[in-house]
Amino acid sequence: MIKRLLGSIREYKKESILTPIFIIIEVGMEVLIPLLINWFGGCLQNGDGKGMLIYGLLMVLSAGISLIAGMIAGRTCAKAATGFSKNLRHDMFENVQGFSFANIDKFSTSSLVTRLTTDVNNVQMAYMMIIRTAIRSPLMFIFSVAMSFYISPTLPAIFCVTIPVLAFGIIFIIKNAMPIFKKVFKKYDNLNESVQENIKGMRVVKAYVREDYETKKFKDVSGDLAKDFIKAEKILALNNPLMQFCLNISLLLIAFFGSQIIISQTQNLNVFGLTSLLTYSLQILMSLQMLSMIFVMITLSLESARRIVEVLDEKSTLTNKENAITTVNDGTIEFNNVNFRYYKNAEKNILTNINLKIESGKTVGIIGGTGSGKTSLVNLISRLYDVSEGEVKVGGINVKDYDMEVLREKVAVVLQKNVLFSGTIKENLRWGDNNATDEELIKACKMACAHEFITSFPNGYDTFIEQGGANVSGGQKQRLCIARAILKKPKVIIFDDSTSAVDMKTDAMLRKAIKTELPSVTKIIVAQRIASVQDADVIVVMDGGEIKSVGTHEELLQSSEIYKEVYTSQHKMADFDENGGEN
Amino acid sequence: MAKMSNSFKPPMGKGSMGKGPMKKGIKNLDFKALFRILGILFKEYKASYVIVLCSVMISAVASSVGGLFLNQVYTALENFLAGTPYEETWKIIITALATLGFIYLINIVFSYTFNVLGAILTQRFLRDMRIKLFSRMQKLPIKYFDTHTHGDIMSTYTNDIDALRQLVSQSMPQLLSTVITLVTLTFVMLYISVILFLVVVLGLIFITFVTKLVGGNSAKYFMAQQRAVAKAEGYIEESMAGQKVIKVFCHEDESLEKFDALNDELFNVSNKANAFSNILMPIIHNIGNILYVVIAFLGGGIVILTQGTGINISIQNLVLNGSLVGVMNIATVVSFLGLARRFANTTGMVSNQINSVVMAVAGSNRIFELLDEKPEEDNGYVTLVKAIKLEDGTYQESTDDTGIWVWKHPHKEDGSVTYTELKGDVRLTDVDFGYEENHIVLHGVTLYAEPGQKVAFVGATGAGKTTITNLINRFYDIADGKIRYDGININKIKKADLRRSLGIVLQDVSLFSGTIMDNIRYGKLDATDEECINAAKLANAHDFITRLPEGYNTYITGDGANFSQGQRQLLSIARAAVKNAPAMILDEATSSIDTRTELLVQKGTNRLMEGRTVFVIAHRLSTVKDADVIMVLDKGRIIERGSHDELIKQKGTYYRLYTGNFAE
Repeated sequence: MIKRLLGSIREYKKESILTPIFIIIEVGMEVLIPLLINWFGGCLQNGDGKGMLIYGLLMVLSAGISLIAGMIAGRTCAKAATGFSKNLRHDMFENVQGFSFANIDKFSTSSLVTRLTTDVNNVQMAYMMIIRTAIRSPLMFIFSVAMSFYISPTLPAIFCVTIPVLAFGIIFIIKNAMPIFKKVFKKYDNLNESVQENIKGMRVVKAYVREDYETKKFKDVSGDLAKDFIKAEKILALNNPLMQFCLNISLLLIAFFGSQIIISQTQNLNVFGLTSLLTYSLQILMSLQMLSMIFVMITLSLESARRIVEVLDEKSTLTNKENAITTVNDGTIEFNNVNFRYYKNAEKNILTNINLKIESGKTVGIIGGTGSGKTSLVNLISRLYDVSEGEVKVGGINVKDYDMEVLREKVAVVLQKNVLFSGTIKENLRWGDNNATDEELIKACKMACAHEFITSFPNGYDTFIEQGGANVSGGQKQRLCIARAILKKPKVIIFDDSTSAVDMKTDAMLRKAIKTELPSVTKIIVAQRIASVQDADVIVVMDGGEIKSVGTHEELLQSSEIYKEVYTSQHKMADFDENGGEN
Repeated sequence: MAKMSNSFKPPMGKGSMGKGPMKKGIKNLDFKALFRILGILFKEYKASYVIVLCSVMISAVASSVGGLFLNQVYTALENFLAGTPYEETWKIIITALATLGFIYLINIVFSYTFNVLGAILTQRFLRDMRIKLFSRMQKLPIKYFDTHTHGDIMSTYTNDIDALRQLVSQSMPQLLSTVITLVTLTFVMLYISVILFLVVVLGLIFITFVTKLVGGNSAKYFMAQQRAVAKAEGYIEESMAGQKVIKVFCHEDESLEKFDALNDELFNVSNKANAFSNILMPIIHNIGNILYVVIAFLGGGIVILTQGTGINISIQNLVLNGSLVGVMNIATVVSFLGLARRFANTTGMVSNQINSVVMAVAGSNRIFELLDEKPEEDNGYVTLVKAIKLEDGTYQESTDDTGIWVWKHPHKEDGSVTYTELKGDVRLTDVDFGYEENHIVLHGVTLYAEPGQKVAFVGATGAGKTTITNLINRFYDIADGKIRYDGININKIKKADLRRSLGIVLQDVSLFSGTIMDNIRYGKLDATDEECINAAKLANAHDFITRLPEGYNTYITGDGANFSQGQRQLLSIARAAVKNAPAMILDEATSSIDTRTELLVQKGTNRLMEGRTVFVIAHRLSTVKDADVIMVLDKGRIIERGSHDELIKQKGTYYRLYTGNFAE
């Protein structure tokens, strides 16, 4: 897993290697200073001015080198870590672009967003820690211990007491606090979820006068949460005092035994040596604490790393054939004994035994209840999913034999859950055809009954669409999406329930315009309401994943029970609305 | 996510993307929030907060004065070499170390006190702030939720509360500790040597200068980084949500290209920001080291050149010898080394700590903004009470479930009380309304519904149907005109009681985490299981519920995302049914549900409407046909009214809508 992740370092390998090298230099110089001061002190006591000058200059030099190395390491480290995270984001984004619909279904939108943002951030932080601190701390530890022994061969024995105490203390804290924290964070998520529910359902809360009830519920949960947090924090609160305890004990013991040595003159130790030892003991214990922090950080970021790799490793379920066909002859569509399931191991077919032939240029209506398989059926035409059994042909050729890009250019789909992107209306329309002239744009918009409302905006075609199309109504959004699809100049155009929010009058005009303007294009209209399909050349009635009947409106009213039932029950007033549901 | 906005929906607040404390910028920050937080802490957590602060200070002092006693040890050792007897030297050393040990003990005790008490205090404080936020939010008018995106409100509970935690548990105590440490160290240094202290001060000025140079820039880059993050995240959100469209239009390459541009920009600024903050530590640290060397050299130089008779001015001399001027010796220099380094490092932290306080205050500001929002006003005094009907036709209040509810209307002038039975008679007279003061969207709406009557609203989205229903339960207050409920002006009725008398089924169903039973019982908290099941039966929800493996105990999470739209609607009807209010507001769902569930929903709604006064925003022909009166709305005005047959005869808008004949 880690290996997969590290593959994204690429051009920042240089920085990733340079950082530890400069860190080594920085630490090496830094630990020299207390040693030099010790020697400096020796000269001072002996009144050796020249020695003092040499050691003094050496100290300045070490500090200078350490400073420069530290600054370089800081820069390379930043570049390595942010570059790494840049590449990670790029790699994930690129891989997602290659996702098939089946892949997209597997990850939810919000989970993909979290993976690309929060998770990458966590990994970046951890990476920065690893190449910087994870090198620095152990080095500091080892160097400091070595130097201490150099200054005095006996005094560092004190560390044999304090280091294990600190190490065991830290392990104890991590072991006990981490599980509680993990539990608490889950509770915290639940708390936030209930807040979210309340914000969304505020009208319900108020309509049922449940303000006090909700507040009481919230009080209980947050009280509970605080209790758990306190439990965990109490353990964590040991950390600082523990560190101070170990440091202070080392200090006292060094000062005591050091004084004894100086007085008894058994070793070549002076007061400067004593301060140097104190500095080293501080560095030793600090580096130990840093190591524990790194450990916690890395454990926490492992989950993020796993989630990132999951995206990176996801392989598209659809691939182009070799020597794929790059032209689509016409808009004939053929389904031969098609069965379809979303998952290989799913028990039930979504579509069963579909046989259907549609001639080029015809208008076909598909009608049926939710879950009857209408969307699944049309999704097979532009090979958004692969059939499980049987074959789908467009222009007489199996869709699997086409180059996917060519197929999708020629089979335009106006999706049920459609979106516009932030940008001007023009920019959004040009998704259909990058080189479309303004005249072409206007023509398509007129066909989609969008021209009129677009020109009513002060900025017309240059009106800026906010993220998610928040500043246009549902019906307007749908019409823009239709215009966008028309601009592709497709051989087949599929409307997947894509006029649900358009009022009946406009819907009728739109259908008429498309029928007359695009006579050679096969038009497939998936709809909930009969009115949208009743004048189609042929209507397909679906139920439970099967085609129940095929025929014209009049024929079906005679022959199909389901069609009749739908016709009568669906005679509802939703058509009064310009923007039916806000879905 | 935020609802769609159009001319008739209230305006939407801007800046849903705003995340983290950077949104408002740091410049025009007022520190009122900081004072308010301190106010709350001192007032509501008096004792423990004072203890926490004292512990921080004591611990800071205790950890800084150690140098004084080490100085004694060094001096003693120095003097020993110069000839002081062995016993005397040890006595001094032992005394100094014992004192030091005692001070360390104090330090540890108070450090532990601060850490534990601080953590407890922080968590309690956060809990209380959360509860305050939540209970204030519950009291805010609907308008607040119209003008603020859900994401923004949510971020108060997550990001801003986290900023508050940071402030109370880390930034403030750390800053306090730093200040106390610096002050203590200053005294300790002055005590040992004024001359060397001056050297340190010079170094300090230099450090401050450098940190400002580096730190100032780093803040600029962090701001830029925040903006780049927001931009990139916005694009990521948009692309991930529209991934299927990207595929359908084969727009993968363009989309990646655009992302790469944003990604590179993010890399550039965040590289710089991180580089700056990364080099800050080595700079501070090594300037500390250089300062260390300078003092060693300077001090040592004086000692050597003067052969241990160099001049040292210090308080210590004043205390011990009665004169400020004394001898500069090795011990003085050695003691100073550690102190100077500590002083330099601590100083380097100050600007960072101030920064983090400022950032945290920015976040907390938004918490107070929400807390300061004006709650929904309610001057109503007419309440809804249970009563029994006496033989003379008057009512008497009762505590029993009599099935009769009456409006209790106290009259201030003569102190008398009138009781009016709750029947569900609603009248609107010349009602004008606008979501914003200058923008009236309902004009002169007059209508009445007698008990048991069904009023259907018909018209295009934005015609004002939902707005009218929102006025009846006083989600919003009218600008002009009158609304009377059972003859009482609804402004006089307590909002809670008014809403208790009205059932409501919204088109957009909201469910809450909990079992199905809990969700139905939401309509009437003291309803028995049986009542809930009966309500579910009436709503036609019973069948699908019992088919679930855990039946009524099925746990709903994530707003019931695993239930179909139709099932959610059935639950919402059951919830309204258990409430059993005499008047109902019903927004028929238009979202596509399959034919069978549609029939179930339709039957459920019909049963719910029986015998009640109903305002229904109608989408179904059957509903409209059954209505006693249909109001056809257009641009905030009632343009036609009457029964189905009457309106058909009129051959007006309703007729055209009904027949789908748009040519006329």
